[in-house]
Amino acid sequence: MSLIHFQILSAAMFSIGLYGVLARRNALLVLLSIEIMLNAVNINLVAFSSYAESAQDVGQIIAIFIITVAAAEVGLAMAIILRLFRDRSSVDLDDVDLMKW
Amino acid sequence: MSLASIVFYILAFISISMVGVLALITTNYNLSLAETVFYILATVSLVGALGVVVTRNVIYASFLLLTSLMGVASIYLLLLAEFLALVQILIYGGAVIIVILFFIMLTRVHEVKSITDNSQKPFAFITSLLVFGLLLAGILNSNVEVGERSSVPFTELGNSLFTQWAVPFEVASLVLLIALIGAIVIARPKEDE
Repeated sequence: MSLIHFQILSAAMFSIGLYGVLARRNALLVLLSIEIMLNAVNINLVAFSSYAESAQDVGQIIAIFIITVAAAEVGLAMAIILRLFRDRSSVDLDDVDLMKW
Repeated sequence: MSLASIVFYILAFISISMVGVLALITTNYNLSLAETVFYILATVSLVGALGVVVTRNVIYASFLLLTSLMGVASIYLLLLAEFLALVQILIYGGAVIIVILFFIMLTRVHEVKSITDNSQKPFAFITSLLVFGLLLAGILNSNVEVGERSSVPFTELGNSLFTQWAVPFEVASLVLLIALIGAIVIARPKEDE
């Protein structure tokens, strides 16, 4: 059981999340893919902190902050998508072109 | 026989058979127990994540995300980060997935007929494959000096969170407050609605 197992798992999850963000049109599914990417980053942080010789708490504390920001992001994103749905009856990201030049 | 005892026997049977399967895999493939558990959990997380990015049903996607995130929580346990495993289950299982399901319920977004994948799908596939290759090359070429897996006691974690990391901790609470207020302001119906 070595660090490399966790690193490869993290890289695979990150790539899956990236594919979801790029390939999806539904705003909700893009948000779920972003959650997968954040979790992949967290696995990496926790794995490194767990295998570290000293200052083991730093990785875990930064992972806690990432979880906090992810929770705030979900709340805000849900509010924005809800607003979008009320105004346009659609959650399709290709329809949101108001700020496109 | 009451329902509770039937459920108990079923759960006991499942647990015992899981232990048997674990022992079988461990001896057949010459792995350590931790490695067997890791491969099972990694499969659960990755299959859940893949399901989220390929399914066309948003409700399935949110439940598959929950599966994947619980797999990640178990990976944290395997990394001896008990506190983070608890936080993961509480925040994601208890809050994030509930918010997403409430959102689906409020908007009926699943009834809107729209194609969930866009035309740049092949490019997205190639890009994510390239990123994975790049990360893999970086991982395999790096040689980080590491020790053994070891756990951080809860007290030590709490101590450093409230002394060394006290300012970022307070900023995080401010971020949550602002996100809460912002969500209310954005989602509130307008005057004329």
